[in-house]
Formats: sequence, structure tokens, C-alpha cells
Amino acid sequence: MQISPTNIFAPASTPADSVFGLSMFVIVTVIAIFIAVSVLLTYAVVKFRARRSDDHSEPAQVYGSNQVELAWTVIPVLIVVALFLASARVIASVQDAPKPFSALEVIVTGHQYWWEYRYPKLNIVTANELHVPVSDPAHPTPTFMTLLSADTDHSFWVPRLAGKTDLIPNHPNSMWIDPHETGLFLGQCAQYCGTQHAKMLLRVYVQPRAEFDRWVREQQQVSQSAASAGERVFQSTACVNCHTVAGTPAKGLFGPDLTHLMSRDTIASGAAPNTHEKLRLWIQHPDALKPGSKMPPMGLSDGDLDKVTAYLETLR
Amino acid sequence: MSTNTIQLTEFPVSRPLTLRLHGWVTTVDHKRLGLLYVLFALVFLTAGGIEATVMRLQLIRPHNDLVSPQAFNRMFTMHGTTMIFFVAMPLVFGFANYLVPLMIGARDMAFPRLNAFSFWMTALGGLLLYFSFLGGDGLYGGGGAPDVGWFAYAPLTSRTFSVGHSTDFWTLSLLVSGIGSVGTAINIITTILCMRCPGMTLGKMPLLAWLNLTMGGLVVLAVSPLTAAQLMLLVDRYLGGHFFDAQAGGSAVVWMHFFWVFGHPEVYVLAIPAFAIASEIIPVFSRKAIFGYPVMVLATVAIGFVSMSVWAHHMFTIGMTSGANTFFVLSTMAIAVPTGIKIFNWLATMWGGKIRFAAPMMFCIAFLFQFLVAGLTGVTLAAAPFDWQLGNSYYLVAHFHYVIVGAILFAIFGGFYYWFPKVAGKMYNEGLAKLHFWLFFLGFHLTFDFMHIPGLLGMPRRIYTYEPGRGWDVWNVIVTIGVFFQAAGVLILAANLLLSYFRGRTAGNDPWDAWTLEWSTSSPPPEYNFAVVPTVRSRRPLWDLKHPEDPDWRYE
Amino acid sequence: MSAWPETLREYNPSWQLPSRGRVGMYCLIGAEAAIFTIFVVAYLFYVGKSVSGPQPKDVLHVPIFYTICLLSSSFTVHAAVRRLAAGNIRAFVRFWLLTILLGVLFLFGTAREWAQLIFHDGLTVSTNLFGTTYYSLVGLHAFHVTMGLLALIMVALFCFTARLRREHTERLEILSMYWHFVDAVWVVVFLVVYVIGM
Repeated sequence: MQISPTNIFAPASTPADSVFGLSMFVIVTVIAIFIAVSVLLTYAVVKFRARRSDDHSEPAQVYGSNQVELAWTVIPVLIVVALFLASARVIASVQDAPKPFSALEVIVTGHQYWWEYRYPKLNIVTANELHVPVSDPAHPTPTFMTLLSADTDHSFWVPRLAGKTDLIPNHPNSMWIDPHETGLFLGQCAQYCGTQHAKMLLRVYVQPRAEFDRWVREQQQVSQSAASAGERVFQSTACVNCHTVAGTPAKGLFGPDLTHLMSRDTIASGAAPNTHEKLRLWIQHPDALKPGSKMPPMGLSDGDLDKVTAYLETLR
Repeated sequence: MSTNTIQLTEFPVSRPLTLRLHGWVTTVDHKRLGLLYVLFALVFLTAGGIEATVMRLQLIRPHNDLVSPQAFNRMFTMHGTTMIFFVAMPLVFGFANYLVPLMIGARDMAFPRLNAFSFWMTALGGLLLYFSFLGGDGLYGGGGAPDVGWFAYAPLTSRTFSVGHSTDFWTLSLLVSGIGSVGTAINIITTILCMRCPGMTLGKMPLLAWLNLTMGGLVVLAVSPLTAAQLMLLVDRYLGGHFFDAQAGGSAVVWMHFFWVFGHPEVYVLAIPAFAIASEIIPVFSRKAIFGYPVMVLATVAIGFVSMSVWAHHMFTIGMTSGANTFFVLSTMAIAVPTGIKIFNWLATMWGGKIRFAAPMMFCIAFLFQFLVAGLTGVTLAAAPFDWQLGNSYYLVAHFHYVIVGAILFAIFGGFYYWFPKVAGKMYNEGLAKLHFWLFFLGFHLTFDFMHIPGLLGMPRRIYTYEPGRGWDVWNVIVTIGVFFQAAGVLILAANLLLSYFRGRTAGNDPWDAWTLEWSTSSPPPEYNFAVVPTVRSRRPLWDLKHPEDPDWRYE
Repeated sequence: MSAWPETLREYNPSWQLPSRGRVGMYCLIGAEAAIFTIFVVAYLFYVGKSVSGPQPKDVLHVPIFYTICLLSSSFTVHAAVRRLAAGNIRAFVRFWLLTILLGVLFLFGTAREWAQLIFHDGLTVSTNLFGTTYYSLVGLHAFHVTMGLLALIMVALFCFTARLRREHTERLEILSMYWHFVDAVWVVVFLVVYVIGM
């Protein structure tokens, strides 16, 4: 049973591993300094306390010592140099890592309060749940992400995979991950971006190659759903202003792409599980799940609400 | 040496209240202004403490619904802004105002009217910030307390994302109080450079004067960039400017740079006067001169200079080049060297001494341990890749509270008890002071030691709620519990000072057997401080008087 | 305030410390320099980054005449203070008023330039990044010139009501330090806006 799914000391990808290695070196150094100085401080406080039997004379006045000052300047300088060099090495290896030909490219765009993912070479657009293939250290298949923002500043932080990198409007950033284990990795936005910053959650699904390829194929398909009453409600209501459903006239870009909504485990960027009740509630009354999010209550009648929910549930 | 016992009020005690209040409101006396700053700070400490308590109660369990996300976001914005600008800075200015002229043998600050003006500007700033609450939610765009975080990143502060006037209250209140801060800093620098008593060369003035001089220089250089950034934000919000408008080619990163060019030296503006307090208390209660005075001066000035070159360590995650990141790692780690030197010098001062454990010293010893920890967690954050995990998490929140509460506030508490007898003429109650110490110490460590852990387990800051199952729950409970012990400690401090002011035993001029000039005049000092302007020959003029056979000036 | 230094001198004629007014003014200049530095950095960073609208070389005309006015006002203010130190109030007044005139001319020149930019070239603070940074930087400087002029005018008023004496030389020297600072800032702004930025 792991302590936490977001434990920075449980790295599962090379950037997180590199940071972990550095962090161990830094922590050990810092603990050693702490112990040394604390022992001296404690000793001083105990040994040199005024005793009641004292004759109230003043102790010898010592004004300074150049040798001592030199010693405790030189040693910290050496420690600083060591820590600096260790940090510089990791900065270079993580930030300036060249992008291999086999890398998967994803464009991540941060929105208030959801994540947009585009895989340009694969023609996939999805939201909130990022799927990547597991990377074999012998033949790495990393994922390189370009980070953009549609509005305010955000930050992509999945601790077990990498340190955080910010998404800033008009300032594209990039980061990479190469997870060595399959599984679901959690995280969340780490730069205050507005009211619902707290529920801009991250879910990264690291899949074995075959499973990832299957997911890609499913995402690339345009869903062929028969025209239904729910679809008519969807197309004629303001839904289409914000959402895209590929293969239909709905081409809104303000909100998440819903083409494969039912392939996701959660809705509202992780704020609620993707169940019938929650989906219906989200459309009816978003503030019940994520107060202050940008999804407005759609003001649909109960009948229309049921029809739209049923329609959305066909979007696999 | 003056042994005056003339009291502060030269009129019969039955002066009407209105006249007495008028005297305080129109005062230009550095001592009264110093007290006004401190009282002002304590009022806002209460407000900031309430804001913190609301946040901690909301976070005591996942998916709590004590307050709405909108209210929570206002809480952390107001808490940060209040504590930095309307608690810590006024405390620092209050101490400087009261003590600097006394310790350099002067009768007042260089510009008494500017001094009063600066205080009232700060007070106006505080009022403006809290007036924002009255705006309320009300009509769309009707305003309310700011909710953009205390560093107000663009473009969240643009008209698009911050409707109404809440952000403007933030901007204007800091603009106004910034003018006050610069005024006070100009006063402090000019007083120290131009009004020292005869014989007090720069090398013979108390360390408190040196450190406040450095602080003044930092304020002059660092608060102005914030003022500039505020003006730019106002241009963007009201004149349609594009300084931080990404659509027009502007840059959110530019705000970050300008803000942190202010923001980092600001923490040294707060910390250096705390060092000053420790540098006065530790020698007196160890019964030894400060170890390495020239090195302490050099280290402080070095910290001042280097602190202006480290600001982008607050921006390690924003996507600067690896070269830029590397530079700021170096400068940030470099500043650890003079800081460590100071800790060692304080340790060496205590070494071989005869330490008395009155409340001022207890707070300073805690300061030493806690500042050591705060500095070391700072070193971990300075390693940029490690910061990519730790930054913007609760580890970071724990680090900076360790500095501001664990180091700065503890030193200030020590200063309260050390100089209370001088200010009030009465001794405080030592038993209550020790109770304050232990309660606050326990609460501080419960809250801020354990706060590091959720950060290490991936909990970001500024979130009004969190998911269960991330391993954060129990730590949040412990962190919240600590708040109540800290509140109890502060209440006891207030009660102690209030009761002792009325019923404490008379303190006399020099209850601590100390060595600097403020202890040579009466408690409280007369309005003119010194009947005869003193002449000094060493750094510890009263030591020379008390030890004529072994004066300091033989060794300096 | 003026009694204070004399008291010190009575006790210890050898104890000389810098003048408060000078140190205070240096500090103020330091603070203002820091504000201007930030605006200059913003200007330089955003040079060439406007996505639309008029560009500097399209609309700016180098204000040589008005710059000469402002910079020579540093000489006239210095000359004025020297005359006052020598006790020659009449000559002081002439140079002081000339300084004010040169300052007003400079502001007039700025106003003229802005009228041209706004009404002919369609450049306002909200047009593009260039407009924002230009009006902010030049405007901040013009504001400081205005504040300086108000102080100079106040001194002129004191003079005309026969309150100004030779003993006030030191204070006017300190005020003229502010004026020199405002001129020095213009040198920087001029270089940044009309030379580097074009």
C-alpha cells in the first residue's frame, strides 16, 4: 500500500528519477549540516548557562577570531559549490534533453479549469485524461509535451513522472516524461489559476504499447451514432458553442472535446466520476460538482436533460 | 549619562481623552510613531490570523465545505498580503523607529514629519485593503476582497479574469503603503548616516543600526519595482494598456520578474531587522560582546547586495532557459554563505558566556534553531530541479512560514519582551512570557514541521480542498491543531503586556544590565530622549562606564 | 531643525556628519531611479514586439530642440544656485525663472508630440505595446518634470514675497539635485526611445 500516489520520492520516469537522485544528495547534505550545527547550539545552551552559584562576574569578552571566520566561510563555500554543480548537471540533463525520433508529441493547453490534449501526428483531440505508452529504458519511447495556455497561468504537476512545468499564455514551454511503469498517475494544476484551481486534476494513463495503440485507434475513429432526440437537443442548444463532437456540426473550442467522452473515467477534469448520475448533474447544475467552473447550468427541462445525457453516453 | 525621571506626559494626568488622542494622531515623535506602527501591526495580525484559521479549518479534511472556493481564495490572498505588508513591515518599521534614534544617541529621526506621513500612508493602505470586503459580492463587478494571491500573477489580474474592483483594492493599497515604506526607509538611512552622536563612527554603532541601514537601502531599491509594476497593472486595467496582455504581445513573465525583483529582497527587508534584534539580545543574555562585529556587518551588507540577484528562484518552473536557471541556483546558494556565517557568529557569542534564560533569550534561541532549519529548507529549494517538485507545494509554504514565523516573528517576540521595560517603564510577567513561549513553540512546530509532509506527497498550495486518498489527510489535521496553540500564545502575550503596563513592577533604566545607549535614559525615555547628547568611545558605551578598568575601546 | 546642528557643533566641532537634506535626496533619487529602471527595462524588452499598429520609426520625431531646453535647464539651475550662494538675488531670480521657462518649454514640447501622435498618427496607450510602453515611460518622466516645476515655482513665489535669503542656498542645492536627476533620466529615456528603440 503506497503512502501516496503523488509522492515525489516514488519516481517512475526519468525526469522524476533525476530529481530524486539530486534530492537525496541535497537532503543528506542538509541533514548533516543541521545535525552538526544543532549539536553545537545545544551544547552551548547547556554548557554555558548561568549557574545560580555564580559570582556575577562577566565572562571573558572575546571579540572575534579571523581564523574561525575563515574556516566557517570556506567550508560552506565548498558545500555550495558541490550542491551547485550537482544541480547544474540535472538541469542540463532534464531541460536540454534532445527529443528522440520515437518520441510521442502532445500539445497540452491549460484552460480554466481543464486540460486539453492534442496529439498532432495522430490526429487526436481529447481532454483531462492523458494516455501515453510505457517507455522501456532500453528503447525509450518518451512523450514530449508542448505546454500552452488559453487563459491564465497553470502548471502541470504529476509528481511521480516529473517536476512541474508552468503553462503560460504566449510563452510555450516544453517538458517530457518516459514512464517505466504502467498504471494511473495522479497530479493536479500547481499554479493558482482562478476559482477552481483546486479541481483541475490530472490523470495520466501509462499503458503497455498494444493497449495504447488500441486507445489511439479508438480515439481516431469518428463516432457514428444514429441521429437521436438527444443529439438534436445537443446540436440546437448552446452546447455547440463550447464543445466539439467530431463528425457533427458541433465545433466549439472553449470546452473539452466530447467526441469520446465515454472513454474517460472522470468528468470535469477529475472532479467527479463519469457515471450517469454525475454526468446528468454536471449538465444540470455544474456548481454542485465544481462551483465557479466555466460550465454554465444549461437550464434544460428534465426530459431534455435525460435525452442529452443519453446521447452523450453514446459517445465512446 | 542622563537619569531623568520626567514622564512622557508633561500635563496633569486628567487631560481629556480627546486631547490625548489628538496628541497621538498628530505626533511626529519617533517613539510614539514606533508604537503606533506596532499597535497597527498587532491589529492586522489578528485579522491575518483569523484568515489563516478559516483556511486551516476548511482544509482539516478533504472535500470540506466550510467556505466556498471564492471565499477561500480571498482568504489566502488577504492573509498573505496582510501579514507581509500590514504586519511584518509595520513591526519592522516600528522597531526601527523606536530604537534607532535612541541607540545612536539622537533625539528623533531625521525627518519627523515625513515619519508621521509615512506611518499614516501605511495605515491608509491597510484600510484600503480591508475596505474591499465591504464591496461584497453584490452586483456583478461590485468588488470584494482580492482573490488573486498575494503576488497577483498576470494575466489573472487583467480585467478579463478579475472583474470588478477587488484587484484594484490590492493594487492601490500596496501602492499607497509602498510610498509610506520608502518614506520610512529614507528616514532610517538619513538618521543613521547623519545623526549619530559624537564618537559614534559607523564602526562603533550598534549592529541594530547597521542592519536597519541595510534594510533601508533594500526598501529604497526593492519597493520601487513593485510600485512600477503596480502602475503598469493600473495602466493595463484602466487605460487599456498591454504590459501583461498576452494577446497584444505582452508577457505574464514580465510581471513575474518585476514582482520578484521586489519580492525577494522584501523577505530580507523583514529578516534583517529580526537579525538585528537577535544581535542585540544574544550578547546581553550571554554576557559577552557580539562575536565578529566587522564580519557581521560585512555579511549583512553582502546579503543585502546578493539578495537583489536571486529573485528568479521563485520562477524555476516557468520555463526559463537552463542557463538562467543555473545562474539563479548559484546566486541563491551563494547567499546561504553569509547567512550561515551570521548563525555561527551568534553561536560563538553564546560560546563561553553565562546564558540567562529570560523570555527574550528563549525566543532568540528558538530563533537560532528555527532559522537554521528555514535556511536549510531554503537550500533544498535552491537546487532548481528539486524545486520543480517542491515549488508551489505545501513544502514551500512550510519553508517560508518557517522563515517568517519561526525566525522573524520569534525574534520580534524576543524584542517585545526585551524592550517592553524600556517602552513602558514596567517589567512584564516572566511566568506568562514563558507560557507564551512554550504554547507558541508547540503550536508553531505542530503546524509548520508537519506541513512539509503534504508538500513532499504532492499537495500544491492555494487549493480550497483536496482529494482523499492522496495521503494528505492526517497531516492536514495536525497542521490545523497547531493553529490554536499559536493563537493562545499570542493572546497571552497581549494580556501580559497589557496587564504589565498597568500593574507591572517598575523597571528602572537598565533592568537587563545591558550596554547600548537606550538603556542610559529613563524608562520610558523623555520626549527628547537625552538631556545631554552622549559622546561614545566604543560599541558598548555602557560597558565602558560599568567596567572602567576594562573598557571596550582598548580592544576595538 | 536648524537649531539641531548648531547644538552638536557647540559640543564637538570636530564631529562632522553629512547633511540630512543631501542624504535624504540621494535616497529619494535612488528610489526613483529604481522605478524608472523598471519602466526602461519594460520598454527595451518590448521593443519590436508590437503585433500591430504604428511602429516607433513611423511616428516618432527626435525632439532635439526640447531636449536641449531641458538639458540646458540643468546649467541654468546650477548657475542660479551659485548666484544665490554669492548673495546675488537678482541674478539668481533671472536664472531660476529661465530654468522654469525651459522646463515648461520641454513639457509643451511633450504635449505637442503627444497631440501629434494621438490625433494624427492614432497612437494611444492602448493601441499596441509600443504605445503602452512609450506613453508610460515618457509620461512618468513628464510627471516628474511637473513635480519639479511645481517645486521650482514655489521657490520663485517665496522669492517674490521676499522670503528667500542667501542662507537657503543649501536647500536649493538639494532641490536642484532632484532637477539634475530628472534631466539625467531624460538622457536615458531619450537614448532608449529615440535611438535604441527606433
